[in-house]
Amino acid sequence: MSFPWANEYKPSHPAMVWLDEKLPLPRFVYNAIGAGYPVPRNLNYMYNFGVLAGFCLVIQIVTGVVLAMHYAANTGVAFNSTEHIMRDVNWGWMLRYGHANGASAFFVVVYFHIFRGFFYGSYKAPREMIWLLGVAIFLLMMATAFMGYVLPWGQMSYWGAKVITGLFGAIPLVGEPIQTWLLGGFAPDQAALNRFFSLHFLLPFVILGVVILHIWALHIPGSTNPTGVEVKQESDTVPFHPYYTAKDGFGLGVFLIFYCALLFFAPNALGHPDNYIPANPMQTPAHIVPEWYFWPFYAILRAFTQNFLFFPAKLMGVLAMFSSILVWFLLPWLDKSPVRSGHFRPTFRKFFWLLVIDVAVLGYCGGSPAEEPYVIISQIAAFYYFAHFFIILPLVSMTEKPLPLPFSITEAVLGADEAATLAAPVAPAE
Amino acid sequence: MTETAVAESPNDTAQGVRRRDFIYVAATGAAGVGAASVLVPLISQMAPSADVLAESSTEIDIGSIQPGQAIKAVFHKQPVFVRRLTPVEIAEAKKVDVASLRDPQSLEDRTKKGKEEWLITMGVCTHLGCVPLGAGEGEVKGEFGGYFCPCHGSTYDTAARIRKGPAPKNLEVPPYEFTSDTVVKIG
Ligand code: HEM
Ligand code: FES
Repeated sequence: MSFPWANEYKPSHPAMVWLDEKLPLPRFVYNAIGAGYPVPRNLNYMYNFGVLAGFCLVIQIVTGVVLAMHYAANTGVAFNSTEHIMRDVNWGWMLRYGHANGASAFFVVVYFHIFRGFFYGSYKAPREMIWLLGVAIFLLMMATAFMGYVLPWGQMSYWGAKVITGLFGAIPLVGEPIQTWLLGGFAPDQAALNRFFSLHFLLPFVILGVVILHIWALHIPGSTNPTGVEVKQESDTVPFHPYYTAKDGFGLGVFLIFYCALLFFAPNALGHPDNYIPANPMQTPAHIVPEWYFWPFYAILRAFTQNFLFFPAKLMGVLAMFSSILVWFLLPWLDKSPVRSGHFRPTFRKFFWLLVIDVAVLGYCGGSPAEEPYVIISQIAAFYYFAHFFIILPLVSMTEKPLPLPFSITEAVLGADEAATLAAPVAPAE
Repeated sequence: MTETAVAESPNDTAQGVRRRDFIYVAATGAAGVGAASVLVPLISQMAPSADVLAESSTEIDIGSIQPGQAIKAVFHKQPVFVRRLTPVEIAEAKKVDVASLRDPQSLEDRTKKGKEEWLITMGVCTHLGCVPLGAGEGEVKGEFGGYFCPCHGSTYDTAARIRKGPAPKNLEVPPYEFTSDTVVKIG
């Protein structure tokens, strides 16, 4: 699906004509990420993060498949096989650091991508399905990263596995049997490590499948854009190739500078040193923290310290943590404002930035020990987090008076419509 | 002959339609039951295997534990605390009003008759499963003198009952028996 003025794929070489009749794969690529896909002409750099996330998935799959050639999922040797990768395997240190930091980079990129969606109202009709699939991808990523972190079988791996599967123990009645079933034992052990490896290998390919659905759904209405005004005419768009292949290529270069700086100059900066101590089921590390990308959610989990009505504190924490992500599924129906872009929503915009600060505060508390003042700060921040989605957003979208919208993307970029090039666009606007 | 042919023609009599409906329901029903039955092995393979379940009992020599000391043993691949309470600790545990506790249990409920000084519990915090501190030499015991979980701050008293923090239950007492004065068998 695309706009009626999309360029048509016209193979000239006889071999390509032949292929197009038998299996129109080049046509598919041309219409998906080539000159046959018209895209709003005014996308800014916040729109690079989708392509970057795809690139991160490729990094993870390539480095991961290679690591799996040297890694052994056995509690007796898993830790040593990881050290063997680091010390003995040719370039093993780079592949492992590339994979571990690749996971961090993936989450940085995805968080930008998600907050881009929050700001520009990307979740609103007609793009709800793209958004829902995106949240599903994020949940799968969390599961994948969690199980990957268990594989090196260090202290944090072990205790992370224990604490996170312990979350399921909070479910009334069936909780403990579920936890035992997930682990295949009473505590993390061989059975758990082996199945985590199997699933850690599988899930990225499931993610790949959902990513394809995500992009398929995207190509029906096309991207939003910073004005939030839908494409109306040909002059509102430029072909994806060469305009956005070039822009995404530039963004990729910038991303790689940061990624390589992390990988080569501070490969352990984001990791926890305790994970270089082999797993010990008899000794809990002084303070257990998950990887940084889970901190905001971990803070919400720990914010519940008192029983509440009939709910034990433990269950409340678990429900709140899962709800903090599941609420994103409801977003298209919580924010009723017909205006998409935060640029034209003065009140919404302020609360958007407050949410960003709130999540950063939660992240900071989640990485700190479970003591005061962090507990009380997490409680306030967790309360605000839910208030943002369930109270502030619906109220703001009902009461706010948005700024006047431009008539079209072309007008927003070039001024009044008469002055705009209404013929085929000649150059990107930036 | 003619009758059957009529019955199976597309514009069926009521009787023919019922026959097709039956085959349709029977076939999809059988296929559905078949597919669902495959789920049983697929799900149950994840449960603990026979060898994991077989590691079922541990014998511990407690002869050398002095009052105020504790040791860590292993049961079901998880730590067990065997602690010999001092008279002061016993008195403190008895002083508490049981009804006021989150998980109301008395010291007697949690120990064997006549062996009240032996507090034997799992070393697994009932919050999310960390090993609480307090059994090892020099570890903090928390403000109630029992155990303190460093993960999210659950605090247990001298009968290993939950007193503060997010954990919902007292430290679990595993099944055990004294096989002699100096040996306990757990499991
Ligand atoms: C969504 C994509 C992925 C994410 C977010 C991810 C994340 C992680 C993380 C966080 C670790 C722990 C790193 C450490 O502390 O050393 C890890 C380890 C591992 N991953 Fe992945 N991974 C992904 C894809 C893959 C794929 C596709 C494979 C193989 C097919 C794979 C194979 C491995 C192996 C063998 C390890 C253990 C070696 C090690 O710890 O470095 N991963 N993964
Ligand atoms: S695991 Fe002990 S307090 Fe959370």
